[in-house]
Amino acid sequence: MDVDRFEIRLSGSGGQGIILASIILAEAAGIFAGYNVSQTQSYGPEARGGRCKAEVVISSKPIDYPKAVQLDMMLAMNQASCDSYCFDFKANGLLLVDSGLVDQTPTSRVVALPFTKIARESAGRDLAANIVALGALGHFCPLLSRKSLESALSARVPQETKKMNSKALKAGIKAAEKFDMDSLPRSILPEEEEEI
Amino acid sequence: MAPELNGKKFLLQGNEAMAEGAIAAGCRFFAGYPITPASEISERMSYRLPQVDGTFIQMEDEISSLGAVIGASLAGVKSMTATSGPGFSLMQENLGYACITEVPCVVVNVMRGGPSTGLPTSPAQGDVLQARWGTHGDHPVIVLSVSSVSECFSIIVTAFNLSEKYRVPVVVLSDEVVAHSRETFTIPAADSIEVVDRIVPNVPPEWYKPYEDNSRGVPPMAAMGDGYRHHVTGLVHDAHGFPTERPDEIEAFLKRQFRKITNGFFEIQITKKFNIEDAEIAVIAYGSVARSAHRAVAMARSQGIKAGLIQLVTLFPFPKSTVVNVMRQCKAVLVPEMNMGQISREAKRVNTGLTKVFKYNRIDGQLISPVEIFEELQKM
Amino acid sequence: MFSGMTELRHKYLRHHKKFPHVWCPGCGNGIVLGALIRAIERLNLEKDDIVFASGIGCSGRMPTYVDFNTLHTTHGRALTFATGIKLANPSLNVIAVMGDGDATAIGGNHFIHAARRNLDLTAIIINNQIYGMTGGQASPTTPYGAQSTTSPFSNIEHAFSIAELAVAAGASFVARGTVYHAAQLDKLLEKGINKIGFSVVEIMSNCHVQFGRRNQMGDPVTMLNWLKEHAVSKDNGSSMPPDSLDAKFTIGILADTDKPDYIEEYKKIRLKAQRG
Repeated sequence: MDVDRFEIRLSGSGGQGIILASIILAEAAGIFAGYNVSQTQSYGPEARGGRCKAEVVISSKPIDYPKAVQLDMMLAMNQASCDSYCFDFKANGLLLVDSGLVDQTPTSRVVALPFTKIARESAGRDLAANIVALGALGHFCPLLSRKSLESALSARVPQETKKMNSKALKAGIKAAEKFDMDSLPRSILPEEEEEI
Repeated sequence: MAPELNGKKFLLQGNEAMAEGAIAAGCRFFAGYPITPASEISERMSYRLPQVDGTFIQMEDEISSLGAVIGASLAGVKSMTATSGPGFSLMQENLGYACITEVPCVVVNVMRGGPSTGLPTSPAQGDVLQARWGTHGDHPVIVLSVSSVSECFSIIVTAFNLSEKYRVPVVVLSDEVVAHSRETFTIPAADSIEVVDRIVPNVPPEWYKPYEDNSRGVPPMAAMGDGYRHHVTGLVHDAHGFPTERPDEIEAFLKRQFRKITNGFFEIQITKKFNIEDAEIAVIAYGSVARSAHRAVAMARSQGIKAGLIQLVTLFPFPKSTVVNVMRQCKAVLVPEMNMGQISREAKRVNTGLTKVFKYNRIDGQLISPVEIFEELQKM
Repeated sequence: MFSGMTELRHKYLRHHKKFPHVWCPGCGNGIVLGALIRAIERLNLEKDDIVFASGIGCSGRMPTYVDFNTLHTTHGRALTFATGIKLANPSLNVIAVMGDGDATAIGGNHFIHAARRNLDLTAIIINNQIYGMTGGQASPTTPYGAQSTTSPFSNIEHAFSIAELAVAAGASFVARGTVYHAAQLDKLLEKGINKIGFSVVEIMSNCHVQFGRRNQMGDPVTMLNWLKEHAVSKDNGSSMPPDSLDAKFTIGILADTDKPDYIEEYKKIRLKAQRG
């Protein structure tokens, strides 16, 4: 699929595995789906806690500016990061949030799924919430196949956690599949403006 | 056997690509001290160098790191260290030693916000003039900059090549954005990478004068242990390498240091051009800001503004002739930087009434965005 | 005997190069250099395989005069350059000579870490208890109560005990000698160079011009007598550091232990890395 810039922002707090999820996403697109990819991040001095943001830009062409300009998708894994980083959306941009951790969203095109709860139920660990969310992101991203996500995940995570992570990814995809996209507005802009 | 990486595509961080580029250039010794945002270079080297029969050592500070690097290079091994601002400040002492003893080595400074401890996890370009003038005394030095993961690889190779060819330390300036960005990158096949090695003496030891002038101004360099038993000192020295206080010898020695770099301007001063042929206004940028500038120029073109970009890969010796040519052609140039105006000073210095030089500066630890540069271009 | 020394001079000194040397008449540095040359001769080492590095100060000029691979580095940093050279070419015998201020003030951190790291280097530290070349300022080994140009009323700091410091930091071989006990010094240097691992030889020396002159020992003979009277052989008691003008200090071998040096350890790391 030919694409100029497809931009995804992932955010949460340090220790939620945001950067790892962004790297797996980037490798799925860059190594396994063959696109040019740029992955960047910003974080504070904390290894745990604090705000954390990572961005992935995917393109069929060489990427000039490595950071996100206009978002196609964003993931917010807690309320603080949702409040801080939810900007620069495209009209049809999609926000994914962990419904257990984010109450308020500043846009109407929102997919709210309980990633942490799903992680606990499917993989037995809250910590796998990042991989559940990755599955959902992958499902809604038109550039990524299930296979490329699975390959990238398998190549990145330690051998002993592969099974657990694979379950989490599948559970994320499954939850996303069940979500009714028709329930969302097509655009976050008013209808008349969109037609121009 | 270590895994073969050449020819394979990876999602690599800038810092990781630097380590791979160094190994491809023949670097087999690395000494360093942990510092954000440069530590991944050390980490990758500690893993990769023993695979290729090289040596990694973590030293007690950045002073000793560069000392060990110069020592290893004197023993004939291509060597490198990497640090960030605070460590780069500590390295200035031995950087001068590498200059006066003409020992090839590569020093990477992944720039973060300063001064002092500053902003450890945020990008900046505040060390540009320090890279040129940080160590005391008149000295030549080559300063290169990188703007992408692929340049982290290719420019490190260039840095080693220039260092070996001119017997001069080469400083490579990266920044936090380039260092920590991951991009897809295919490591080139080994035989497609040009690697330059230092010239070694081909005369018998009794004829060897380690600092004797020649047409290039770059004397052949013997490795310690190769039978030449010469003397190396940080004092100003004569052609034999021994301390001298004779004004005629001092001047000839110091002027040769500058001449050897001047002689190589053509190949040392590296720039990249984008949309410059018919440009009426131009951006002069380097490092991660060049990426923003590239996009800003494309945005301007789509609005009918004839904008162009010169990306400075070599910051020093400042690529005067290229910049002046663009200044002749354009009615105005813009120098966006993540400092209060360090390369814009150079641009103003070489601009002898040819054009207007504008600057755009940001020192809040954030990368200058394409939109900001585009808006500046609209004003011009 | 005399002809033997002449032969050594011709073999090891760069006699046609940079002589006369910079040292004052009666300086202990010459005795140290003589002892070093005799030790190297007895060990039958090739000149091509010896790297002799120094820092800054009077000791820093020593490599200039000898026909090895020689290196005069920045102040306090001789061991850091030596580390790089040894790691890049482990077949070289790398010897660093430093002064007391050089090795334990500005280079103190490098010194203790080199000892801890146990890379196969030999550190010769000439301790004349003063900054000589810069004009007699107090150093980290200037005794408590001594006069110097930066302690004109009296030195109120306490002296480092270099050899004891090296033992604590983990050096494989540590010895202290003096320039008065020249025959012993030859043997200590020989053992230090021959030792695999980091070895330290601290040499108590005389700077009658900058230290002695201000402390009632203004000529070399008086200072050598001071060394003779205050040095106590290790065999006659426990280790004593030179911490005051009146106190005695121990000479001899203070530590001689066997443990794997850095080069041996790194070879194992390469094997692990290459096994993939």
